[in-house]
Amino acid sequence: MTVTTTEPAPVAPIPASSSTRLVDRVFKVRELAILLVLLVMLVLTQLGNSAFLSEQGIKDLLLNATILVLVATGQSLVVITRNVDLSVGSTLGISAFAAGTYLQGGGQPVVAVVLAVLLGVGFGLLNGLLVSLGQVPALVVTLGTLYIIRGIDSIWVGSRQITAADLPDGFVDFGSGGISAVPWLALIALALLVATAYYLKHFGSGRELYALGSNPEAARLAGIPVRRRILLAYTFCGALAGLAGALYLARFGNVDSGTGTGYELTVVSAVVVGGVVFTGGSGTVYGAALGALLLTSVNSVLPALGVSSVWVLAINGFLLILAIAVDRIVALRVASALKKRNARHG
Amino acid sequence: MTHRSAKDPAPVLALRGVSKSFGAVRALRDVSLELFPGEVHALAGENGAGKSTLIKTLAGVHRPDAGQVLLDGEPALFHGPADARDAGIAVIYQEPTLFPDLSIAENIFMGRQPRRALGRIDHRATRNATAALMHRLGVELDPDRPARGLSIADQQIVEIAKALSFDARVLIMDEPTAALTGSEVARLFGVVRALREQGAAVLFISHRLEEIFRICERVTTLRDGALIASEPLAGMTEEDLVRRMVGRDLDELYPKQDVEAGEVALSVRRLTREGVFTDVSFEVRCGEIVGMAGLVGAGRTEVARAVFGIDRWDAGEVEVAGQALVNGAPSTAMAAGLALVPEDRRAQGLVMGMSIERNIGLTGLRATRRAGLMDRGAERSRSLDWAVRLQVKYARIADAVSTLSGGNQQKVVLAKWLATGPAVLIVDEPTRGIDVGTKAEVHRLLSALAADGVAVLMISSDLPEILGMADRVLVMHEGRLTAEISRSDATEETVMAAATGRAAA
Ligand SMILES: Nc1ncnc2c1ncn2[C@@H]1O[C@H](COP(=O)(O)OP(=O)(O)OP(=O)(O)O)[C@@H](O)[C@H]1O
Ligand SMILES: [Mg+2]
Repeated sequence: MTVTTTEPAPVAPIPASSSTRLVDRVFKVRELAILLVLLVMLVLTQLGNSAFLSEQGIKDLLLNATILVLVATGQSLVVITRNVDLSVGSTLGISAFAAGTYLQGGGQPVVAVVLAVLLGVGFGLLNGLLVSLGQVPALVVTLGTLYIIRGIDSIWVGSRQITAADLPDGFVDFGSGGISAVPWLALIALALLVATAYYLKHFGSGRELYALGSNPEAARLAGIPVRRRILLAYTFCGALAGLAGALYLARFGNVDSGTGTGYELTVVSAVVVGGVVFTGGSGTVYGAALGALLLTSVNSVLPALGVSSVWVLAINGFLLILAIAVDRIVALRVASALKKRNARHG
Repeated sequence: MTHRSAKDPAPVLALRGVSKSFGAVRALRDVSLELFPGEVHALAGENGAGKSTLIKTLAGVHRPDAGQVLLDGEPALFHGPADARDAGIAVIYQEPTLFPDLSIAENIFMGRQPRRALGRIDHRATRNATAALMHRLGVELDPDRPARGLSIADQQIVEIAKALSFDARVLIMDEPTAALTGSEVARLFGVVRALREQGAAVLFISHRLEEIFRICERVTTLRDGALIASEPLAGMTEEDLVRRMVGRDLDELYPKQDVEAGEVALSVRRLTREGVFTDVSFEVRCGEIVGMAGLVGAGRTEVARAVFGIDRWDAGEVEVAGQALVNGAPSTAMAAGLALVPEDRRAQGLVMGMSIERNIGLTGLRATRRAGLMDRGAERSRSLDWAVRLQVKYARIADAVSTLSGGNQQKVVLAKWLATGPAVLIVDEPTRGIDVGTKAEVHRLLSALAADGVAVLMISSDLPEILGMADRVLVMHEGRLTAEISRSDATEETVMAAATGRAAA
C-alpha cells in the first residue's frame, strides 16, 4: 500500500472567535442563572417590603454574605481538586477565638488578623498533608480534623466568651464600617475573590487544580505535582477560613467555643449551589460566591417578607437539589450538542 | 530516509536489563532496548507481553525493580513523568489521559502553557498553537471545546497532538492508531516521518502488523515479559514477526466459512438521527457477517448505538426477527436477542474495579440466577469458559479488570457480550487493540457464530478485516450509507472510494 502525505501548509492563526467558545459559554450560563435567581428574589422582596433594600439593608446583606463568600472561595479550590474540607467551621471558630484572646490582652488588630490567618494555614497544611499522603478519602480525613479542632477549641476555651467590649474600638468599628452601603469587610472579600479567580484562570498551577480534579490519573501522567497542588488548595482554604475567623470577630464581636459549628455544611452548600461540581474539575469561585450570596439572601429575605425563619433550612436544601438538577440537565444538553458537532466534523 | 550504520550515534534512550513485577506477575524480565535518533522502532508482542509496562518504565511512570534506564548513555533517574518529559521524551499512552472538563487546547498544553509576563498563561498563543497542531494532523477540532464527549478517535488525535506539541527527542506511542482509519493513520505517519528526518527517535506499538512494516526500521519483540529479538525489519515477513510474538506459526487470520444466508434477522429502515446520520437502511440475515466501513466520524458507531437503543432516533424503524424495537430502549433490544459490543470499552463496557469474573458475568445475571439469587458457581464457570476461549491473560479470575493489559480488557468486554448468546450481534471494532493470535481467534468465533445462524454486523476501521470477514460491506460517508458492496466486488479501492465519498456504488 502506498501512502502519500501532504506537507502541512503554514497556518494562519485563528481568530479568537468568542462565539464558538463553548467552554466559557457553559460556565457563564451557570453563573448567570444564579445571578438571575438572586436578582429576581431581591426585586420581589423589595416589592413586598420597600425598606428591604435601604442603605442599611444592603449593608447588612453584604456583611452577612462576606464571611460565607470568603470561606466558600477557599472551599471551591479544594472541591475543584475533587476533595472537600469539612473542618472550615472549626478552623473559623478557633482562629476567631485566638484573635480575640490576643486582642483582649491589648494586641494589635493587624497582628491579630495575621495570627488568625496563620492558624488557618496551619490547619490547612495539616489537612492537606493527611489527604495527599494518606490513601483516605478527604471526606473522612476532614471529618476527623473537624472534630479534633473543635475538641481542642472546647478544651482551650471552656466556657469563656469574648464580647465586643473586650475588643479595641477600632477593630469593632472596622467590622461594621464601610463606604456608604459597602462594608470594608465586603471589599476585602471581593478583592480576594477577584485575585483568586484571576489566579485560577491565568496561572499554570491554577489550571492544574482543575486538571487534577478532572482526571487525577492523567494529571499524574502529565507530570503535575499532584500532592503539592492538593496541599496548596488546602492551605489556601485554611488561610481563608482563618481570615474569616478574624473578620467574624470584627463583625460580631462575640465568640465562644461553639462559634462556627455546622458552618461547613453551609459553605459546601454555597459552593455546590454556585456550580462548583463535587466530582471536581469544574466551576468557578465567582459561582461559589454567588451561591454564598444567594444562600445568605434567603436568610434575610424571609424575615423581610414576614415568613418564619424555620423555612430557611428547607429552602436552602431545595436550592441545593435544584442546583444539582440544573447541572445534570445542562451537562446532558451539552453532551448531546457536542455529539452532534462531532458527527458533522466527519 | 536514513539508515543506521555501525558508526552511528549512541542511543538517545535505552533500557538495560530491566525487570518489573506487579505482585506475582512478572511483566518485564531482564529486557534491554536501544532507541537511536532518526529511527522508528517497533515494539511487538501479544496482549500482556509487557509492552505498555516497558513504555511506562521509559516514561518514568514505573520505577524498574532491577536494571537501568539510560539517557544519552548515562543512567537516568526519573522520579516521575515530569522528569522524563523534561528530558525530551513524549509519550502517547494506550489509554487516553485527557481532562474531560478542560478544553482541547488546555489538555494539550497542561503543565507547559505558553506564558506572558509575570508567568501568566498566554491563552491566545495556546489556542493558536493547538489550531496549528490540528492542521498539521489534518483534523478539524475546535481548540476551545471541552474534551468530554470526544469520540475515541478524536481523543487519540488529541493525545497525538499533545505528544507533538513539544520538540521531543524521543516520541513513544502505545497503539496510537488503534482507533484510527486509513487516512488519519497516513497523516500520523507523515508527521512521524518528518520527525524522524529531524533526528527524533520513535518507538511505535501496533497490533496491525502492516503498519509496523510501513513505518518502522527495526523491531523488538517481547513474549511473556522477556525479550525475544531486536532486529532490522528489512527482509522479515509478517509470518516471521508473528512467529516471534506467538512462538508458533499462526493459522489463517481470516477463517471465514461460507454460510447460506437465512431469514432477515435485523432490518433497519430509513433510520435518521438529526445531524448525526440520515436515511440509513440495511438488512442483516441469519448466518451473515455484514461489515460496516467508513472513516472516523462517518456515523457508524452512532447508527449502532441507535439500533441498540442507547441513543434515540428521530425517524425510521428497526426490526429484529420481524418484531419492531422500541425507540431508545436497550432492554427491549436485549430481550429481542440483540447484543452490542461497544466501541468505548473502558467507559461503556467495563466496571474497572470489579473482577474479571463479575464483569463477564454481568450480562448473564438472568441466565445464572436461581430463584432470584445469583448463582456464583454458575457465573464463575461461565466466565472461566469465555475467558479461556478468548485467551484472556490474567493471574486470577478474581483480579480486578483494571490490572489487565489493554488488549486483555478488550477481550473481557467481548466475552461479556458473546456470553449472552445473542441472535443478532453488533460488534463495534471487535479486534481493536487485540493481538494477531487472538484476532484470528475472534474472527474464528464470529465466523462460527454466523455458521450457527447468528446475524453479525461488524463495524471495523481495519480494512483487511472487513475484506477478509464480511459477506457484504456497507460503507458510510458523512452520516449516509453510500455503498453496499458484495464480497466478490469488495476491494480496498472500492471501499475506500465509497468511504471518502469519491464514488457511489
Ligand atoms: N498495575 C498493574 N497491576 C497488576 N498487573 C499489571 C499492572 N499493569 C500491568 N500488569 C500486568 O503486566 C502484564 C503486562 O501488561 P502490559 O500492559 O505491559 O501488556 P501489553 O504488552 O501492553 O499488552 P496489550 O497489547 O494488551 O496492551 C500483564 O499481565 C498485566 O496484567
Ligand atoms: Mg499495552
